[in-house]
Amino acid sequence: MNACAMRPAFNRDKIMHQIQCPWCGVRDEAEFQYKGDATVVRPADDADEAGFFRYVYLRDNPKGWHTEWWHHVAGCRQFVKVVRNTLTHEVAATGTPADTLQVPES
Amino acid sequence: MVYQAARYTAAEHPASSLAFTFIQAALSMRYSALSILKQGLGGHRGWTRAWRDPTPKPAYDVIIIGGGGHGLATAYYLAKVHGITDVAVIEKGWIGGGNVGRNTTIIRSNYMFPSNTYFYEHSMKLWEGLEQDFNFNAMVSQRGVINLYHSDAQRDAFARRGNAMRLAGVDAELIDADEVRRRVPLLDFDNARFPIEGGLLQPRGGTVRHDAVAWGYARGADSRGVDIIQNCEVTGIEMKNGRAVAVQTTRGRISANKIGSAVAGHTSKIAQMVGLELPLESHVLQAFVSEGIKPHLDTVVTFGAGHFYISQSDKGGLVYGGDLDGYNSYAQRGNLPMMEHVMAGGMAIMPSIGRVRLLRHWGGVMDMTMDGSPFICRTPVDGFYLNGGWCYGGFKATPASGWCFAHTIANEEPHEYNRDFTIERFAEGRMIDEKGVGPNPWIQ
Ligand SMILES: Cc1cc2nc3c(=O)[nH]c(=O)nc-3n(C[C@H](O)[C@H](O)[C@H](O)COP(=O)(O)OP(=O)(O)OC[C@H]3O[C@@H](n4cnc5c(N)ncnc54)[C@H](O)[C@@H]3O)c2cc1C
Ligand SMILES: [Zn+2]
Repeated sequence: MNACAMRPAFNRDKIMHQIQCPWCGVRDEAEFQYKGDATVVRPADDADEAGFFRYVYLRDNPKGWHTEWWHHVAGCRQFVKVVRNTLTHEVAATGTPADTLQVPES
Repeated sequence: MVYQAARYTAAEHPASSLAFTFIQAALSMRYSALSILKQGLGGHRGWTRAWRDPTPKPAYDVIIIGGGGHGLATAYYLAKVHGITDVAVIEKGWIGGGNVGRNTTIIRSNYMFPSNTYFYEHSMKLWEGLEQDFNFNAMVSQRGVINLYHSDAQRDAFARRGNAMRLAGVDAELIDADEVRRRVPLLDFDNARFPIEGGLLQPRGGTVRHDAVAWGYARGADSRGVDIIQNCEVTGIEMKNGRAVAVQTTRGRISANKIGSAVAGHTSKIAQMVGLELPLESHVLQAFVSEGIKPHLDTVVTFGAGHFYISQSDKGGLVYGGDLDGYNSYAQRGNLPMMEHVMAGGMAIMPSIGRVRLLRHWGGVMDMTMDGSPFICRTPVDGFYLNGGWCYGGFKATPASGWCFAHTIANEEPHEYNRDFTIERFAEGRMIDEKGVGPNPWIQ
């Protein structure tokens, strides 16, 4: 057996997330800090308590596609919006906070 | 490891002769030194399966969704303490295949807030009598748990927690660096970044054989009449006039007077079936085991500052882990960056592990709440009871969790020990946030 054949075959995506930062390009997960669900929306300042309770605490927690924030702390320090699958760890789309990203059908 | 072990124990070993059948009958189901001796003489071919494999009935008094440690313990205490035996535990895979068979087996009751302290101490007391109680060797080993501290500020925080524990009747000792060195000589005491100044020791903390906990509770529940139904996934919950009345499963519809959920990482999925939204997220936590080596470490050491903790199993493997990977996940596997981080933490505090090879690693899905504390409660949905939000520390809670959940289901109200573990605590501003990190599940 030659040395090449002995190298374990692996797909980079399967051992860590690769995230396409809109400003810096494709970067390893290790450069980012996760910042949670990007679908929650802060209610208006005069919203009732129930609205703020939902915003601060309740989460869909989907098994499948999830739109979320990753902070590029060891890069440009921008917030990146990411559509990622919580079951397969596949990343379908990334963008700036202002972008509306397409969420694949599950 | 997880799946094979469960299958092996549940597998039938049919008696090959009349003599074995006779021995079986004589032994009944009680395990003892004598039964091992007798079975040894018969080549260990006379053991019967430890629990039945029943076909689901159309209806039960109580259904528990999830055959992990908590679901099985709940069924056991429902039958044993409350005399409720018309119970089914419904498990989508094999029992023991979830977090109960994936954790790093540490038990402790070193919490600071009263809501947690008394609950976890109740669990510790149940652990202390568990093996006699359910007649199964769970290898409960109170080898002590040491939390290392590295600065005066950290020492003060630990002293405060230790004092809170002692006020609640829990054992705690603040030990200095010399005492840590006496107990665990192979740590790097002069680490440049995190020199070891001492530790908070809970002598009664330790480890328990995790799979045996699932099997012991399963066997104890089964022998009291509980049906343990494996390879049966709950896919929906049927509601009638606002009440949960039946579960839809891959093996048909089963109705029940009361339905309890104890599905750990899948808590949101089950809650959504009855229209409940919960303050929790699912996250992955990894664990690692080295090749077996000679006795090296006879206690549990946590290096919180470096996100690392370690113990040694009775087989000799070093069992260690760190923090969550830190992103929502249902994958039961983590990624390499966290693995590297855990190894780095281990190398920093216990450099000798650098010579030991890693044998296995895996991940489990954690039900992380917004304050790091669990739910054991009734819910706004009649007939539906919730047990979940165990984060990465629910193994130690298993006995008390089952005990309190059974109490809540049987009596329609919580026991004093789980009174504060409600869903409503968030809206009411009564979070139980030991770490004080706020509503960020991935750092709880
Ligand atoms: C790597 C790791 C290390 C850990 N270390 C520790 C530790 O040292 N100390 C400690 O105290 N805790 C630890 N924990 C946490 C502890 O393991 C969990 O909090 C605890 O086991 C959760 O309760 P359980 O045993 O009931 O969960 P599980 O064993 O996960 O049981 C839940 C069951 O529900 C089933 N289920 C899910 N959905 C359905 C459905 N729709 N229908 C039917 N069944 C379903 C699952 O298949 C599963 O078997 C650790 C966890 C992990 C992953
Ligand atoms: Zn960037």
